[in-house]
Amino acid sequence: MFGKLGLDALPHDPITIGGVVGGTIALIGIAVAMTYFKKWKWLWQNWITSLDPKKIGIMYIIVAAVMLLRGLADAAMLRAQQAVFATGDGGPISPDLFQQVFSAHGTIMIFFVAMGVIFGLINLIVPLQIGSRDVAFPFLNSVSLWLFVAGMVLINVALGIGEFSAAGWLAYPPLSELQYSPGTGVDYWIWSLQIAGVGSLLSGVNFIATILKMRRKGMTLMKMPIFTWSVLCAMVLVVFAFPILTATLGMLSLDRTLGMHFFTSDMGGNPMMYINLIWAWGHPEVYILILPAFGIFSEIVPVFSRKRLFGYVSMVWALIAITVLSFTVWLHHFFTMGSGAKVNAFFGIMTMVIAIPTGVKVFNWIFTMFRGRVKFATPMLWFMGFVVTFTIGGLTGVLMAVPGIDFQVHNSLFLVAHFHNMIIGGVLFGVFAGFTYWFPKFTGFRLNERLGKYAFWLWLVGFLLAFMPLYALGFMGAVRRLDHYDPSMGWQGLFIVAGVGVLVILLGVGMQILQLIVSIVQRKKNMVTGDPWDGRTLEWSTPTPIPEYNYARLDTVTERDEFWEQKQAGTKDRRNVKYEDIDIPKNSGYGPFIAAAAFIVGFGVIWHIWWLALVGLVAVIVLIIMRTLKEDTETTLSAKTIASQEAKLWSKTI
Amino acid sequence: MSEKVNELKLKLLEDKTTSGFWLYVMTDCILFASLFATYVVLHGNIAGGPSGSDIFQLPIVLTETFILLTSSFACGIALLAMKQGKTKQMLGWLATTYLLGVAFLTIELTEFSGLIGEGHGWQQSAFLSAFFTLVGTHGAHIFVGLLWLLTLGLVFFKRGMSEKLKRQFILFGLFWHFLDVIWIFIFTVVYLMGVA
Repeated sequence: MFGKLGLDALPHDPITIGGVVGGTIALIGIAVAMTYFKKWKWLWQNWITSLDPKKIGIMYIIVAAVMLLRGLADAAMLRAQQAVFATGDGGPISPDLFQQVFSAHGTIMIFFVAMGVIFGLINLIVPLQIGSRDVAFPFLNSVSLWLFVAGMVLINVALGIGEFSAAGWLAYPPLSELQYSPGTGVDYWIWSLQIAGVGSLLSGVNFIATILKMRRKGMTLMKMPIFTWSVLCAMVLVVFAFPILTATLGMLSLDRTLGMHFFTSDMGGNPMMYINLIWAWGHPEVYILILPAFGIFSEIVPVFSRKRLFGYVSMVWALIAITVLSFTVWLHHFFTMGSGAKVNAFFGIMTMVIAIPTGVKVFNWIFTMFRGRVKFATPMLWFMGFVVTFTIGGLTGVLMAVPGIDFQVHNSLFLVAHFHNMIIGGVLFGVFAGFTYWFPKFTGFRLNERLGKYAFWLWLVGFLLAFMPLYALGFMGAVRRLDHYDPSMGWQGLFIVAGVGVLVILLGVGMQILQLIVSIVQRKKNMVTGDPWDGRTLEWSTPTPIPEYNYARLDTVTERDEFWEQKQAGTKDRRNVKYEDIDIPKNSGYGPFIAAAAFIVGFGVIWHIWWLALVGLVAVIVLIIMRTLKEDTETTLSAKTIASQEAKLWSKTI
Repeated sequence: MSEKVNELKLKLLEDKTTSGFWLYVMTDCILFASLFATYVVLHGNIAGGPSGSDIFQLPIVLTETFILLTSSFACGIALLAMKQGKTKQMLGWLATTYLLGVAFLTIELTEFSGLIGEGHGWQQSAFLSAFFTLVGTHGAHIFVGLLWLLTLGLVFFKRGMSEKLKRQFILFGLFWHFLDVIWIFIFTVVYLMGVA
C-alpha cells in the first residue's frame, strides 16, 4: 500500500530533527497568522492563481530567497565542520549527513536559488522592456512557476521523510545507482530536478516566443534592450540544454526504478555516458545563469554613468558567441577521465576562447563608465565588486582550461573556489544589483542606500575571506567534500579563515534582511515615481504601481534607448490620448493543481507507491485536457476603464 | 475597427502559438537526440544477451513503418480537407489516422511483450535498456498523440468547428509528422543498422 514508505523514514539525526521541527513550526506559524488575518482567500485570488508575470516574478524571487537561506545554512554547517571538527573524531555532523548536506547545498543553490531568481527577474522585466502587455503564453508561465515550487517542496520534504542524495549535486553514477545508493535520496534528487526542470524548459519556450513575437512595433532585434538580448540567449540555451537533462535524469531513474543498465557498472552500462550527458546540459546551465547577470549589468552601468552603453553591437555578438561556444566545452569538466591528449587539447582551447567575448563585455562596461558622470549607488557598487571577483574567477577558469594544470587541481578546493567566484561574484552580485535597481519600479519605494552599502561591503569582504583561502588550500592538496582530515596537513588555519568569511557573509545577509525591513517601514520617506534612476529603457516609462496591462497604448518604438530619447524630446501630453479595449487573461488555478499532481507523481515513484504515482499522472493529463477545453479564458477592460485608471495613475506620479 | 483589431489579434495568437509549438518540437528533437546518442554508444554492450540482429524481425518493423507513414499521409489529407471545409472527408481521414496509429502501437507492444516473454527484457543488458527506452519513448509520444486526437474529436462533436480548433488540428498534424521523422531515424539507426 505505501511502497517503501514506513515509520523508519522519519529523521533520527539530531540536526535533521532540529531542522524539520524548526521548519514545521515556522510553517504552522505562517498558517496560523494567515488564518488569523483571514488572508487565505487574498493569497489564492491575488497571487497563487495570478497569470500576471509581474506577480509570478515576485513569487519566484520569494521562493528563491527562502531557499537561499536554506542553502546558506547548509554551507555554514559544512564550513563549521571543516574549520572546527574535521581534525578530531567527527563532531555533530556524521559523514553520511555531511554528504547529504553538500549535495543539498549545491542542488538548492543552483536549481532553486539561482534559477529561481533569474526566472523571477526575467518575468518582471522582459515583458516591460519589450513594450508588451504580457508574455506569449501566460498560463504556461504559471505552470512553470508552480512546477518550480513543486520541485522545491519535494527537495525539502526529503529532509523530513527519508533522506537526501549523498551523491553530490550532479549524482555521478555508479555511485548514484541503486547498488551504491540504495536509499531514496537520489530519487528525491532526480524527481525534484525533473519536475522543476520541465518548468524551466516551458519557461524557455515561453520567453523565446515572447521576445520574438511580442515586441513593440518598431523594436527591431538590434533595438532590443541588452538585458532582453541576454535573456533571449539564455533561453535559447534552456531550450537546447534542458531536454538533455530531462533525458538523462529519466535514464538514471529508469536504472534505479526499473532495473535498466544505462549507467551501471555491470551488464554493459556506461557511467561515462552519464557524465558526458549531464555536462552537455551542465555547462550551458552556468551560462543560463550568468548571461542574464551580464544583461543586468549592461542595463545598470549606462544608467548610473549617464551615458549610452559602449559597443552595443559588440555586446550582442559577444552574447551570441558565448551562447554558441558554451556547447563546445563540456568535456573540460572531466579532463582527467581519459579522453586522451588530443580531445583534451580541443576542449581546453575552446574553453579559453570563451574568455574572449567575456573580456569584450568587461571592457565595454568599463568604457561605458569612462568619462561618464558615474554615480556610486548600491547597484553600481555591486557592479564594481563583480568586476573584481568575476575577473579573478575568470582567470582561474582559464588556468584550469589547461588540461595539464587541471590534472593538478581537479576536484580540489581550487575548483570549488573558482566556481563560487563565478556564481557568487558573478551571478549573485548581478542579481543583487538588479534587485536593488528594479525594486522601486515594482514597489514604489527605494531600498535604504546606507544599509545596502553595508550589506555590499560585508558580502564582498566575506566572499574574499571565504573563498581566497580555498585557492591556497587547493594548491596544498585539499580536495572538495572533506569531512575529515589529519591535523598534520596544516590546513586548519585556512579553513578557519574561510569559516570566518562565511560568518561575514551571514552578517551581509542579515544586513540585507534588515535593509528590506527598514525600507518597508520607512517606505513613506523613500517614495519614488515610476522612473527613480532616470532610466533609459521602456520599463521606466510606465507609472508605478504598474497597471496590470503594463502599457495602455502601444506606440511605435524608434530608438534603442527609447525612453531616454522620449525624455530628451520633452514630456508627452497625456490629456487627449485615445485608448482601446485590452484583453487580460483571467486567473487560473490549473497551474498550481497541475504542479500538485506532478508532485504526487514524483513522491509516488520515489517511494514506489505505484497507485499514487498513477493517480498523479492521470490527474496531470485530465487537468491539462480540462484546461485546453476551457473557453472564455480572457476578460476585457474597456477603453473607458483604462482612461480613468491611467488618469489616476499619472496624476499620482506627476 | 473592432473587426480589424480582432483579425490582428487572431493573427498574433496564431503566430505565437505556432512558433511556440515549433520550439517545443525542437526541444523534443533534443530529447530524442540524447536518447539516440545513448543508444549508439550502448548498442554493442549486449553483456552476453542477444544483439540487434538476434531479435529484430525486419518484416514486422517494415509493416510498422508503412502503417505509421500511411497514418501520417491520412493526417495530411485530413488537414487539406479541413482547409477546404469538407468536414465529412476530414473526419474520415482523421479516423484512418487514428486507427493506423492504434495498429502501430499494438504491433509495437506485441513486439515488446514477445521480447520480454523470451527473457530479453530491459534488465538484461545496456543494449536492451537503450532499445526499450528509445523506441518506447517514441511509442509514448504516439500514445499522447492519439489521446490528443481523441480529445480534439470530442471537442469537435460537442462544439463544432472553430478557428481555435482548426489551429489545434494543424498543430496535431505537425506533431504527427514529427513523430514520423523520428520513426524514420529509429527504423534506420536501430533496426536497419542493427541487423546489418
